Amino acid sequence: MSDLQGSFPRKGRFGDYGGQYIPETLMNEIINLEKAYNHYKDDPEFNAELTDLLNNYAGRPSLLYYAEKMSADLGGAKIYLKREDLNHTGSHKINNVLGQVLLAKKMGKTRIIAETGAGQHGVAAATAAALLGLECEIFMGKEDTERQALNVYRMELLGAKVNAVISGTQTLKDAVNETMREWVGRVSDTHYVLGSVMGPHPFPTIVRDFQSVISREAREQILKREGKLPAAVIACVGGGSNAIGMFYHFIPDKTVKLIGCEAAGLGVDTEKHAATIAKGSVGIFHGMKSYFCQNDEGQIAPVYSISAGLDYPGIGPEHASLHDTGRAQYVPVSDEEAVSAFEYLARSEGIICAIESAHAVAHARILAPKIGNDENIIICLSGRGDKDVAAIARYRGSNINE
Amino acid sequence: MSNINRAFKNKSAFIGFVTGGDPSIEKSEEFILDMIRAGADLVEIGIPFSDPIAEGPVIQEANIRALSAGATVEKLFGLVKSLRAKTEVPLVFLTYLNPVFHYGYDAFFKRSRDAGLDGIIIPDLPFEEQAEVREAAVKYGIDIISLIAPTSRSRIQEIAKAATGFIYLVSSMGVTGVRSEIRTDLDSIVTAVRDVTKVPAAVGFGIHTPAQASQIGKIADGVIVGSAIVKIIAEYGGDAGKYLYEYVKAMKAAIGQ
Repeated sequence: MSDLQGSFPRKGRFGDYGGQYIPETLMNEIINLEKAYNHYKDDPEFNAELTDLLNNYAGRPSLLYYAEKMSADLGGAKIYLKREDLNHTGSHKINNVLGQVLLAKKMGKTRIIAETGAGQHGVAAATAAALLGLECEIFMGKEDTERQALNVYRMELLGAKVNAVISGTQTLKDAVNETMREWVGRVSDTHYVLGSVMGPHPFPTIVRDFQSVISREAREQILKREGKLPAAVIACVGGGSNAIGMFYHFIPDKTVKLIGCEAAGLGVDTEKHAATIAKGSVGIFHGMKSYFCQNDEGQIAPVYSISAGLDYPGIGPEHASLHDTGRAQYVPVSDEEAVSAFEYLARSEGIICAIESAHAVAHARILAPKIGNDENIIICLSGRGDKDVAAIARYRGSNINE
Repeated sequence: MSNINRAFKNKSAFIGFVTGGDPSIEKSEEFILDMIRAGADLVEIGIPFSDPIAEGPVIQEANIRALSAGATVEKLFGLVKSLRAKTEVPLVFLTYLNPVFHYGYDAFFKRSRDAGLDGIIIPDLPFEEQAEVREAAVKYGIDIISLIAPTSRSRIQEIAKAATGFIYLVSSMGVTGVRSEIRTDLDSIVTAVRDVTKVPAAVGFGIHTPAQASQIGKIADGVIVGSAIVKIIAEYGGDAGKYLYEYVKAMKAAIGQ
């Protein structure tokens, strides 16, 4: 590194990934956010308030459920499900949102904005805003407002304004673009509640810290239950917030395999996928250096997945680093495998999970039989599947009325 | 002295922006030459990007038109090279960082120098991350144009101190696009900049009328106009040349009045 480079501070890096690649207009706000977070993360009063919200409002700790029938059927490792789908609003998103909205309120903000893909983050953000008394506006790709119409209505019921984004591919990537544009226009009273471990520093760290409650609980729960660490933990990955939450406290446990499942859509050999690690390359976008699906010119690729929540062309910078160092492994899972796993979990355990989470279930079906039954694995069930039932029916050729 | 200084010599400069390749590379060249004949002192050429997060709808759509028409980074280097053979007016690229990263920093800036480019504006590269490209840009003599926003108060000094070429003062909050009123207290920002550097400061974002140009021209070293120009191109397509000429001539006349 040259002297010149050394004279510039490089913040928020996971290896070479991360950083703060954003318009100058946002820099002051991002610096304030970092300062505020560094203060409140160690503030006992803030932590007591957040813990109270998580335990007495969101319903934590979430269950670590032993999927006995699935384990017997697959004939390998014991399978545990970390039931983030049982949280209030039905997904892991509430963990991060309660933390960020509380932080925003402490910073004196009166309004939050957020992007959403499947709508789970939007619903969680609208919920926290309603609870803590902040104004809320959500940006969602127009295509996603159509495939997740129920969640749009939920957000509106909760008092949020939902903006359908008509630019670009009208999905999650464009919702992030539009939320950033909105934030550039109004930073003084507004906090952008980023929904995943992505974006400029300090967001990947803040979101990871708020989601790491998943692995903190899971690690304690499995040790108590089995007296040993799992052979693997598995989670789906779009931006990667539930996955980093599921991985975080296991990262130092070198015997625990960390596996992220990314959306392969119609297959990684087609152009219709969102498999960033399998098919992407290093780039700089949405405030961070990481892996992205892009063309040879550095134009961000339109991506595809049956699950709106995984339909994102990038991955959080900490995942990029975990991939490079080999600490975590990322595998592509197709729409067909995910739908089949969705149905399998419903029939074998009576749990209708989010189509996002079904990507992790699909990989567990392949992995579990290869592991001895004296071992165990944990799947992060990131959310519940109410929102996906009509889409699954459509995929299987029947049209049901939502 | 960098070639960019030529634009600000003894006058308040008019800086025009076009998205390269909208509606075609050939038309971009024609439009830029029309603007220069009308008095433009410096021209920004946007490299079209799929996801321009700092742009309003007018420039977003121009990016889509240019990409659909097949604009590539290589063709934009060709455009700069061709223009350089016909004009000495300073030329700068406006590009998001990813296309530059993808091309390779060293290769990109070498090509820039060889084509005759003078500077580069990267809206998603704040001061803190300039180490990313600074070494390669310095090596090939390309000025990195730093941006200063209404929110930059506490950072103006360090940004201005390190600035080269010119400083791009963002007039107001938000993305690019025409505004009926510029409310930011530009005087004090310009004063703060002039306290630490002699690098010229030009104001952009929202300026579209001769009256605004006249007002800004009194405060700053230059006036930057993007969306209003791109709007003319969107409206008249391939025939936009004469309208651009008239528009730039009127704006140029208003500056310094």
